[in-house]
Amino acid sequence: MSAPAANLNRIPALELHGLAVAAMQNPNVTVANDVNWTVNPGEFWVVGAPQQSGKSDFLMTLGGIISPAAGDLSFLGEPMPIFEESRMAHRLKLGVVFDGGQLLGSLTVAENIALPLRYHSRTSAQEITTRVTELLDLTELTPWANRTPVNVARSWRQRAGLARALALAPEVLLLDSPLTGLDVRHATWWLGFLGGLTRGHPILGEKPLTLVVTADDLRPWRGHANRVACLKGKHFLVLGDWAAAAASQESVVKSLLQG
Amino acid sequence: MPEVETTAPAPPQARTGFARFYAGRIGHRVFALLLALHGVGAFALITFGVILRKFSVARSVVRPLVGREISRAGVKLVPMFLFAAVALGFLVIGQTVSLLTRVGAANNYLGSIMVLVVVRELGPLLTAFLVLARVGTANVVELGTARALGEVEALEALGIDPVHYFVVPRVIGMAVGIFSLTIYLILGTLGSGYLWAFVQDVPIQPGDYFNQLAGALSYLDFVLLALKTIAFGFIIAIVTCYHGLAQPLQLDQISRATVRAVAQSVIACILLDSLFIIIYLTV
Repeated sequence: MSAPAANLNRIPALELHGLAVAAMQNPNVTVANDVNWTVNPGEFWVVGAPQQSGKSDFLMTLGGIISPAAGDLSFLGEPMPIFEESRMAHRLKLGVVFDGGQLLGSLTVAENIALPLRYHSRTSAQEITTRVTELLDLTELTPWANRTPVNVARSWRQRAGLARALALAPEVLLLDSPLTGLDVRHATWWLGFLGGLTRGHPILGEKPLTLVVTADDLRPWRGHANRVACLKGKHFLVLGDWAAAAASQESVVKSLLQG
Repeated sequence: MPEVETTAPAPPQARTGFARFYAGRIGHRVFALLLALHGVGAFALITFGVILRKFSVARSVVRPLVGREISRAGVKLVPMFLFAAVALGFLVIGQTVSLLTRVGAANNYLGSIMVLVVVRELGPLLTAFLVLARVGTANVVELGTARALGEVEALEALGIDPVHYFVVPRVIGMAVGIFSLTIYLILGTLGSGYLWAFVQDVPIQPGDYFNQLAGALSYLDFVLLALKTIAFGFIIAIVTCYHGLAQPLQLDQISRATVRAVAQSVIACILLDSLFIIIYLTV
């Protein structure tokens, strides 16, 4: 491997120093303080926390949607959040999948997936159609392609959110509680698909994807994610691998591991 | 039996308390108004900046949205405006004829009065209010719902400026829509006005009527009409989008945001109209 490429691989995917996370509904309230955390390329993190503890706000801050209340956040070496047009190409290496998909209600599922491609890329309409068709097939959404989100079940909307986030081939993907409300069949599909993404999927050019998911139950992620962290009150606990998580004496970690 | 005064006058302390209470309420309202002005002003500047900066960005996405908004705030409202034109012509001519007939001047001033009332005042203002009612309120509800359901955050996560995607098409669509509908409303009203005058046996030939109209119009009418209607569209779109989009909303807050947006749009349009009256009177 050449020296610049090796250096690039050493740049953390996400790096947080003394980060304070503000709540989206009330920026004067923080949901986590003094977060110090590094996510390296290729890692698959699961961040456990009970419901209503600020997981979504934490993920929105990582995604550059909410500005941090304090501290520093960098994404692949660039300070976040990124709003400038000149740094937008870098920003688009980060994808976010929301809880419930958060699709645009006025567009069909296929149009939602095509939106980032149509907005950002200079590819032809034919190429966009091909890419959207691939993503629809991959996420088994083809039967729902021409329906608006309100006419699609929540579990399929969640998949459409995933397909939309993958459209621009991100290097890092943040997923907000992707298994919430899913039946066993859907949950199994998600775990298998995300595992495939971390190993390198053809839709992303075989490049391993860095993943951070939030969850209010850690059990389904054992054997899939390889790093575990936890939000306890306003503290962020970096636990490490599953053995370290199992050895933790924190009550919130135990309850998340035991369900 | 004489009535006995049963209510004693309030003691001075209580009167001071009332005065302080009402002063506090007025102060609160004034402060809220200033905050709203500040917010709407900042939002207008941001939108204007985005229109200029991103004029050629993502045209394939934004152009169809602009087209949809022009259709929504313009083309689809044409039938309603044709009805409004007939009604307005009847209203103005009916009242004018009944008044001018008494002084025997009905056939001399109809055209001038139509220009004064319809072209300069009622046409643009009525159009703005009707579009506000039909489209402006829908803007607040749609954008408030999009905000409450997290669509704004979804756009930001995709690197799409929500102002560019949601607001710019609405601003352009509403400005074009109100401008066009005002022209249709005025033309329809002037036409129907003659029809109603004919029905009321006013002895005026079509040529004389249209000569009166042409004589009463000046180049300033055309310039100010265009400026006024485009400004109305801009104001209504900005105020309604601001209330729907600019602050985090819960679903149950959308109805209150809609009421606020309508009230502020009406006040802003009337203030702008007053400004144009001053321009008419001074130029």
